Amino acid sequence: MTKKQASILVVDDEFAVRDSLSHWFRKDGFDVHEAESATDALKALDSQSFDVALVDLKMPGMDGLELQERIHQIDPQIGVIMITAFASVETAVRALKQGAFDYVTKPIDPDELSHLVRRCLEQRSLREENEKLRETIDDLVGVSTIVGESPPMLKVLELVRHVAETDATVLIRGESGTGKELIARAIHAASRRRYFPIVPLNCGALPGDLLESELFGHERGAFTGAQYRRKGKIETADHGTLFLDEVGAITPKMQVDLLRVLETKEVTRLGANRPTKVDFRVICATNEDLENAVKEKRFREDLYYRINVFAIEAPPLRARPTDVPLLAEHFRQLFARQMDKRITSISPEAMEVLTAYDWPGNVRELSNAIERAMVVGKPPVIRPQDLPVRPAGATSGPGDSLLAVEKRHIAEVLERADWNITRAAETLGIDRVTVYNKIKKYGLRR
Amino acid sequence: MPPSPRGIDSPGADGTGKTETGRVASQETAPLTIVPFYCGSQRSLLEPLAKELMAAFSLPVERQPPGFDPEMAYDSARGQYNSRILLALLLRHHQGPGKLLGVTDADLFIPVLTFVFGEAQLDGRVALVSSHRLVPERYGLPADPAQLQARLAKEAIHELGHTFGLVHCANGRCVMASSPQLTGVDLKTARFCVDCRDALRRRRSRPSTAGP
Repeated sequence: MTKKQASILVVDDEFAVRDSLSHWFRKDGFDVHEAESATDALKALDSQSFDVALVDLKMPGMDGLELQERIHQIDPQIGVIMITAFASVETAVRALKQGAFDYVTKPIDPDELSHLVRRCLEQRSLREENEKLRETIDDLVGVSTIVGESPPMLKVLELVRHVAETDATVLIRGESGTGKELIARAIHAASRRRYFPIVPLNCGALPGDLLESELFGHERGAFTGAQYRRKGKIETADHGTLFLDEVGAITPKMQVDLLRVLETKEVTRLGANRPTKVDFRVICATNEDLENAVKEKRFREDLYYRINVFAIEAPPLRARPTDVPLLAEHFRQLFARQMDKRITSISPEAMEVLTAYDWPGNVRELSNAIERAMVVGKPPVIRPQDLPVRPAGATSGPGDSLLAVEKRHIAEVLERADWNITRAAETLGIDRVTVYNKIKKYGLRR
Repeated sequence: MPPSPRGIDSPGADGTGKTETGRVASQETAPLTIVPFYCGSQRSLLEPLAKELMAAFSLPVERQPPGFDPEMAYDSARGQYNSRILLALLLRHHQGPGKLLGVTDADLFIPVLTFVFGEAQLDGRVALVSSHRLVPERYGLPADPAQLQARLAKEAIHELGHTFGLVHCANGRCVMASSPQLTGVDLKTARFCVDCRDALRRRRSRPSTAGP
């Protein structure tokens, strides 16, 4: 790829200066444009964009300071370097305050001039790169990545936009696989904290002691094996968002510690004497009935109220069947790109199977189903036989309750996976902890 | 009155690329001409410089006396010589085909900068190099003729490179690397990098656009 030729606008009423500077910079490979007055410079800016402008401070008519202001009104990204024959601290300060990149006095040391222009271009390119990265981040993690046009999903998106502007603690509730983490990421992405990290932690996946160390961090020697000082997830989320998934799974002791951290916004590493101030927002998610857990004294009431400031219900996929074709198509496109496979559509018959199915594993299960179909299917179309699901009713009667269908389905999947929990979790499109919970809930046995 | 440097960046006065006799000058074969002026004690550097240029460009090198008065470029307020005016004088003086290099010990400047080691018409016919600020003694260091010779050769090749249309190179070892300071001159070599050598070959194989 050829590097774009940088462009310089030289504005000076003295021919000799313009001529010398343009000659000097042409040898550096710059595209140089000369202007003998501020009016000429503004005309040039109308038809061309420049990376750097070298502007003489004293010119007849509009002076350099005024021109600098006008240049930045047209293009705030241009780096303006002021040149003058008379060094005056007052003018220099004024120019810099108005946004000039720097200020030099004639005659200029050639090395200084080269350095100055190079630094000016570097700063401009860093700024542009930063803006592009920010746009990329916005595209990647924006609210738009949540797919759905059904009324329940539109309501969720509305709530996301609404709460993102605030710093309120959010509790996202919903069945496994409904996209709770995606909603949390969308809130973070639309918030003022979006250029800082969102730090996810699955509280259900770690035993109590390990969770404590993960969340709060530890000092060297705080416990056996703590060979180094380590920041916890809370500190890592400084200025950003801490996302606590399966918050209902944390131990009573951790609930007390977490409540204190949420109230004081101070965290003390394990083994440390002094707390550290941390500025973070908390988003929690759960698929548990927390009210019931509070009633049964398994979850602290004060912590429940602390995290349940703003609640968002992630609707199960069966409550928004009109989103199934949209999501299926979204995942087809995504996996086609990832796998570089020319599967260009889903057949109407396959789509019928997808819409008729009730998706107990929700969006995650749908995503896994499409991924599997992309692996086994032959281009260019996904057919019903490529899908790991059967039309609703194929294995259950119309009189069956949803729980009965779920129980039977999980049992079947576990049998097929020879009770390998990881494989079963992958097929069901839910995490391992949820599989264990379901086994316990339905009393399933090998 | 000194000649105005206006227009000296425009190679080929009439843009036809033809010489007075109407033939198209080939940059492949036309000799390099050295025009020494105000060389004083540095006159001994000219012979080795000619050899270096011959090796760098594979061209015959000739020597000519200056046919102009360099004092026309003297700026009494600065006590230096305006290299833009000197280039214009050299261009006016240049009759034959090929490139012409003015070599001097005079202290050169361009109006906006404190000094320059040399100057050249980009993609043009004339260049200029000065040994004035390349001399180690100027910086309180002991005389080193070999170092001075190497510096002068690098700057001369660099400026002549510009006349073949080469711009500054990002490779710090290439002779076309920008070197507004002596450290930069000492760090680079007297050779073209692969890219600049290729560019030079391409440019030399086309007919010259430079008229008298």
